[in-house]
Amino acid sequence: MGGIFRRPVLLIGLVVTLALVGVALLSLVWTPSLPSKMNIVQRLKPPLGPGGLFGTDQFGRDVASMLMVGAWNSLSTSFLAVAIGATVGSAVGVIVAMRRGWLELIVMRGCDIIFAVPPILSAMMLGAFLGSGRFTAIIAIAVFMVPVFARLTLAGAKQIWARDYVTAAVGIGRSKAKITLVHILPNISNQIIVQVTIQLGLAILTEAGLSFLGLGMPPPAPTWGRMLADSQTFFGQAPWLAILPGMAIAVAVLGLNMLGDGLRDMLDPKTKAG
Amino acid sequence: MQTIFSWSQVSRRGVMALALGAGVAFAAPYAQAAPKTAATIGMTVEPGGLDPTIGAQVMIGQVTWQNVFEGLTTIDKAGKVQPQLAESWDVSPDGKTYTFKLRQGVKFHNGVAFDSSVAKFTLDRARGADSVNPQKRYFTSIDTIETPDAATLVLKLKQPTGSLLYWFGWPAAVMVEPSTAADNKTNPVGTGPFVFSNWAKGTKVDLKKNADYWNKDISVKLETASFRFINDPQAQSAALTAGDVDAFPEFGAPELVASFEGNDKLATVIGNTELKVVAGMNNSRKPFSDKKVRQALMMAVDRAMVVEGAWSGLGTPIGSHYTPNDRGYKDLTGVYPYDVEKAKALLAEAGYPNGFSFTMKAPQMAYAQRSSQILQALFAEIGVTMNIETTEFPAKWVADVLKAADYDMTIVAHAEPMDIDIYARDPYYFNYKNPEFNAVLAKVEASTDASEQDKLYGEAQTILANDVPALFLFVMPKLGIWDKKLKGLWENEPIPSNVLTEVHWEE
Repeated sequence: MGGIFRRPVLLIGLVVTLALVGVALLSLVWTPSLPSKMNIVQRLKPPLGPGGLFGTDQFGRDVASMLMVGAWNSLSTSFLAVAIGATVGSAVGVIVAMRRGWLELIVMRGCDIIFAVPPILSAMMLGAFLGSGRFTAIIAIAVFMVPVFARLTLAGAKQIWARDYVTAAVGIGRSKAKITLVHILPNISNQIIVQVTIQLGLAILTEAGLSFLGLGMPPPAPTWGRMLADSQTFFGQAPWLAILPGMAIAVAVLGLNMLGDGLRDMLDPKTKAG
Repeated sequence: MQTIFSWSQVSRRGVMALALGAGVAFAAPYAQAAPKTAATIGMTVEPGGLDPTIGAQVMIGQVTWQNVFEGLTTIDKAGKVQPQLAESWDVSPDGKTYTFKLRQGVKFHNGVAFDSSVAKFTLDRARGADSVNPQKRYFTSIDTIETPDAATLVLKLKQPTGSLLYWFGWPAAVMVEPSTAADNKTNPVGTGPFVFSNWAKGTKVDLKKNADYWNKDISVKLETASFRFINDPQAQSAALTAGDVDAFPEFGAPELVASFEGNDKLATVIGNTELKVVAGMNNSRKPFSDKKVRQALMMAVDRAMVVEGAWSGLGTPIGSHYTPNDRGYKDLTGVYPYDVEKAKALLAEAGYPNGFSFTMKAPQMAYAQRSSQILQALFAEIGVTMNIETTEFPAKWVADVLKAADYDMTIVAHAEPMDIDIYARDPYYFNYKNPEFNAVLAKVEASTDASEQDKLYGEAQTILANDVPALFLFVMPKLGIWDKKLKGLWENEPIPSNVLTEVHWEE
């Protein structure tokens, strides 16, 4: 693992992600001021002035505090969604790899169907049934994560099933379930971890999109997406209201993608050999 | 390889193109010199139909009133009642018989003549048992309608109704031709200076000039007019700047108004409206059924903060359901002023020392969303938790709140002028029932003395300010942004409208 300093992409990704998680966790115990506290007299104050580090919004709320809490809301929603998606998807993938046959056909076509529906659209449909909110956002994002992980684990598991030692294990009469747990899963766990990191970036982007459309967490909980949506008409007067949450989203996604890329380079057996 | 044309042909064509181009270039200034005869008016929300006698949405009237449809009386830009399809009228000394002399030679757009039978049909339709007229109660005092001849309409009333002539000027009281009444929702036929020509749903409504308009004193300058519906304020601003829309009489975003200042093409005209932003409460649902709770919530609200935060400070705080433009206005913002400590104490007295939580059904419009968020923060100060549920306006809001009254609190701008009587209506979404208040309004109608009426309106305002059936927040300004060369639009809005009769272009 000492090679991390020779891998700048991984290093930058790791630092950005850790910083983000740190800020999100910090917001649970401390923010410069209460993010829902309005102070109309101090509205639309620019950054680095009396309005604080990142200025204030149209209600005079502290943008820095809102971004911090927004980081927690965004990351926690995305983590939960990806965790659900990865667990369900990987389970489906390895089970299908174990059974094969018509089950594989049905599940793969099912994945195609889910892939065909954009997450924003499925969130809007879910929102119509469940009402908009955090739960809807998590489910909507998780649903479109499932086929990603199902395909990945199925492809990986199929390769492992073809290995000689697995054939040997089958030969000595080990059950398929046991083989999956002992031989298959450990050998594809690296791929799953890499995919989780990459999908996290995508989940953050989707969560911001849903919040932008009003399908995310309801006010007063600050979210990056809604901060962007609210800033639209104020762009001429207060550009920082759009730029700051926009940068937060960009940095978070970039950081997680770099981390994912770096991890893949490090963990992938092919690149390791080269 | 075959050449398609020779070089000499090319050059010949080139010369011709040049000559044509030059011709166009010379002709163009002449084409522009003639005054424009088309105008595109922008509106934020598209109406659900185009018949103001069957739908409550103000947008219906803003497209059709005075443009397509006309009434017995009308309301001018100063808010005064003027004769229209009724030339004149006599009111009996006891105030119970109205004799209208109707205008002759007026034809509907489909060629049918307007006469007393049409007027009788319209009024009977509006007051009938199965009437869906949004102002049905305005017609309930009519006892009998007589039509001695084609030009005379006699109304016998059950009791004197002081506001009748004013109400007859409203969009909901416009004259409707019997054979088209059923289709007016999608194909309105009226007597006005403009004929409906097309409605591209989701985009625009087109009108064209009525060549046979009865009123020869008015020369309508516009040949065509369109109402374009653009919801997003940024898009409204872009459409104005690009010249796609000539006017936004009610521009959607106060925070963008400053960006038009100093614009040499667009004029910014800030006027009055009757748009009262109130947060209505379900007075029959706990805990809002307790007057003390409503009063405590009112004291938790800093109106100045709401105006500043929601509407960039462009707006006037109100203490009752009445605007400073209305007759007999009283400033009652001091009855329950912003006082967090008193609010907390009153809430404890009502049995909610630890507050409570409820849901606000807020429409998606910026003023409603922003005001809700400010109210949410203000209520949090007294320990009350308000969850905001965005409710799509108009369809879902009308179904859930206005019709079904299935809500705790909502927020909406009441656009109709002098509509303090909505608190006397039963059923109405506030579920507010106060016989004392109803009695005061009944006295207003019984009286024919203007100063007496003004005094009674003052009493009615005071009752509401004390009872707080809704949280009275502020009156919206009319943010008019339009092309400087476009003249004749109303600066103020004594009644929600976009009257195009006098609109014209000036060079």
